[in-house]
Amino acid sequence: MTGKPAQRLTLFLLLAPAILWLGLLIVLPHVEILVLSFSERVAPRVYAFGFGNYLEFFTEPLYWRTFARTAFMSILVTALTLVLAFPIALYIARVAQGRLKAMLLLLCLLPFWVSELVRTLGWMILLRETGVISYMLRSIGLAGQPVELLYNDGAVILGLVYGGLLFMIVPLANALESLEPAVVEAGYDLGGSRWTVLRRIVIPHAMPGIVAGCIIVFMLTVGNFATPVLLGGKNGLWFTEQIYAQFITRFNWPQGAAFGMLLLLLSSAIVWLGLRLTGQSLGTTLKQA
Amino acid sequence: MTLCIGSVMASSTDLDIVNVTKRFGSHAAVDDVSFSVAPGEFFSILGPSGCGKTTLMRMIAGFEHPTSGDIRIRGKSMIGVPANKRPVNMVFQSLALFPMMSVGENVAYGLTCRGVSRAQAEERANRMLERVGLKGFGERRVTALSGGQRQRVAIARCLVLEPTLVLLDEPLGALDLKLREHMKIELKQLQGTFNTTFAYITHDQSEALVMSDRIAVMNQGRFEQVGSPRELYHNPATPFVASFVGETNRLQGEAAPAANGTIAVRLPSGAVVQGQGSAAAKAALAFVRPEAVALAQDPAPLSNLPNRFEGRVSAVLFDGAASSLLIDTTGFEQPVRAVLPQAGPLAGIQVGAPIHVGWTADAMKVFAA
Repeated sequence: MTGKPAQRLTLFLLLAPAILWLGLLIVLPHVEILVLSFSERVAPRVYAFGFGNYLEFFTEPLYWRTFARTAFMSILVTALTLVLAFPIALYIARVAQGRLKAMLLLLCLLPFWVSELVRTLGWMILLRETGVISYMLRSIGLAGQPVELLYNDGAVILGLVYGGLLFMIVPLANALESLEPAVVEAGYDLGGSRWTVLRRIVIPHAMPGIVAGCIIVFMLTVGNFATPVLLGGKNGLWFTEQIYAQFITRFNWPQGAAFGMLLLLLSSAIVWLGLRLTGQSLGTTLKQA
Repeated sequence: MTLCIGSVMASSTDLDIVNVTKRFGSHAAVDDVSFSVAPGEFFSILGPSGCGKTTLMRMIAGFEHPTSGDIRIRGKSMIGVPANKRPVNMVFQSLALFPMMSVGENVAYGLTCRGVSRAQAEERANRMLERVGLKGFGERRVTALSGGQRQRVAIARCLVLEPTLVLLDEPLGALDLKLREHMKIELKQLQGTFNTTFAYITHDQSEALVMSDRIAVMNQGRFEQVGSPRELYHNPATPFVASFVGETNRLQGEAAPAANGTIAVRLPSGAVVQGQGSAAAKAALAFVRPEAVALAQDPAPLSNLPNRFEGRVSAVLFDGAASSLLIDTTGFEQPVRAVLPQAGPLAGIQVGAPIHVGWTADAMKVFAA
């Protein structure tokens, strides 16, 4: 840009808060963590450069298994969220009109007016051994004794899907809304079945929204802490718990930093792979989200 | 030609609309409409927006369902047949090309839906593109095409399926004037070379007049008149057709029978015009086309015309071959519109010039108001 100096100054001042925010809260801590992750403790209070923290991750099966499990479960949660959100978004975007549409979006938003912790506790009230569902199962005679529905993978997935749903519905509904009704009608008119129209017209059109929603939900899921801990208990085994444990419980900051970097690498790699596989660019995707 | 067993009528028409009514609540968008379209015919439905023509077309395509009546294609009832199973394809007003597909994929889409193999569908699509003058466009994005090319893709996408009937929903509406004039001729030629039955809806009378074999004029859910463009223009059956199809002068007055089979209409000013028609009631409407109005600088050449008036030019509307004059005429509430002669003493006439107008009784159509 070759603007006048005054214009440049205005631009700089306008961008300053964003640059400060990015620099101080995102770039700086990450550089710090990156540096920290390469330091090994050689003697009390003496640290040296080394790859030990990363080696530790690969030699201890618990760490990389938790890591792989987190990646796999997050992909599963993202896929489930997409499958659940698609019909809802389709209904909001294509069928609902006027007030009903606004109402439905508000209903999706409503659970987010309470904190994630409270929402998760809500699920615990429903699922625990002495909880609502267990009680109901017993009172209608489907179960002879209290049923523990908490502390398993199903509960973790349920909680994570629930938390991600809104972030999938909004970009999907946005993308589906821009599909011209006549294009869908043309799809039928030329002989397409419901499935053909969905597969060849609706889904390709919604692809930027699908990818945007998947990226957001995947990122939120991979980095989630409260839901796997509360709903999964000891069986949660989410990688964020390992990071937490290193930083807070074991006070091994360099190890925690290395785990943090690995998690960043994992989510970046999977997002990149997702974009490549669907042939979307980050730019068009961000526009949808 | 396909012959349907057990139905003699079936082979002679491609489309039969039988007493079709469509109600939205208490409002009848289409009100007891019946017509037939012969194979290879270019049939237009002409009407103002909101007259029900789009609803009628959507019922033929299968997107709306008639409240009562029957829609038959080659003698087979289409009631209960979904849109994707009807031998009818539609060119949408917005064209509705699939932006996520290439030009070739757009044309091949319908074939692959029918289970034609990918390779064969592609080959047939390419052949069709060649026939509509888009050879080698198969790989292009539809967004990279001009308005006229998109139009041809939309039509090719239908024709490749060899439908019994192609429906066209004001497909020229989005084009600019020059291209629209060009596409009118091109559409007519395409229809001729493929010999496919076209049902075309439009609110543009010139589109309908230029392209159609027959036109149905529709108003408030009903057909006012069905006929060839010439019939509609020269022998309108209702006042609506007379005023909607083509330019016309409209006069309102009271009818009274006159000598030798004509009807005299007395205008509020007391002036009387002579016309042809069947208005028995008192209130009457009379119409005369601008090109039927004879002009002269002195009264002598018009002396044998039953309708003769004096006036003064109030406006010259120059538009090349379609130029006209507005003439403030004594005894008339509205200025009379007449075609401006392009040659002769009147070609250079100016605003304010005195002028004599006249027309025959045959040229004036009288209807009960």
